[in-house]
Amino acid sequence: MLLLPKLVHDQMVAHCLSGLPDEACGLLGGVPETGEAVTCYPTRNLAASAKLYTVDPKEHLRADRDAEAAGYSIIGVFHSHTHTEAYPSPTDVAQAPDPTWHYVLVSLRDVQPVVRSYGIVYGVVTEEPVRLQPR
Amino acid sequence: MPVQVNLPTVLRSHAGGAKAVSVEGATVGQVLKALGATYPGLSGQVIDSDGALHKFVNVYLNDDDVRYLSALDTPVTDADEISILPAVAGGAVSVAEHRPR
Repeated sequence: MLLLPKLVHDQMVAHCLSGLPDEACGLLGGVPETGEAVTCYPTRNLAASAKLYTVDPKEHLRADRDAEAAGYSIIGVFHSHTHTEAYPSPTDVAQAPDPTWHYVLVSLRDVQPVVRSYGIVYGVVTEEPVRLQPR
Repeated sequence: MPVQVNLPTVLRSHAGGAKAVSVEGATVGQVLKALGATYPGLSGQVIDSDGALHKFVNVYLNDDDVRYLSALDTPVTDADEISILPAVAGGAVSVAEHRPR
């Protein structure tokens, strides 16, 4: 399960909307054991594409250091799908870097953004509940 | 000289759960090869079978991506830190389908 504070949710969705027409991406800092996201780290999409994303490696390092310094870890990645549903594409599955991460998809296909989260463990995709936290 | 190497969570289990390890080398390539020799589970995860940096990882010397330095030939000292992180990428289509706009 992904526990998503409303603030983190809103920052994530706002970053995805501001990235249009391209895909946008970022990382989530938090508590690996509980699946609680604490910090949204919006990152640049180096691919600058409506169909691909690459998290800027330097921003990833910065986010990783910031999370570790605060006693947290990077626990997942989010990115937008601009014209498709919030489900991991074959590319997302093939390139999923860490089986313990939460893979959050923000679909901007419809007027209302749709946020869903998945585990991707060695090619196997499993949707997980996302629980909004009221802070 | 020993150089500190910071490992990403996904690779820590191959180094007994350590967040960081210390290995010898005078260049990034030597350090990463020594890393694979010391922790066989890490062999092939950072350096590919052709001896190049694996495309699914990013390696940093202090604050800089080594691909923008001299890659594996980048010299290191014991005052430096090497960090390894997974490359994070994906998208709505496969790379093969993608045509730049």
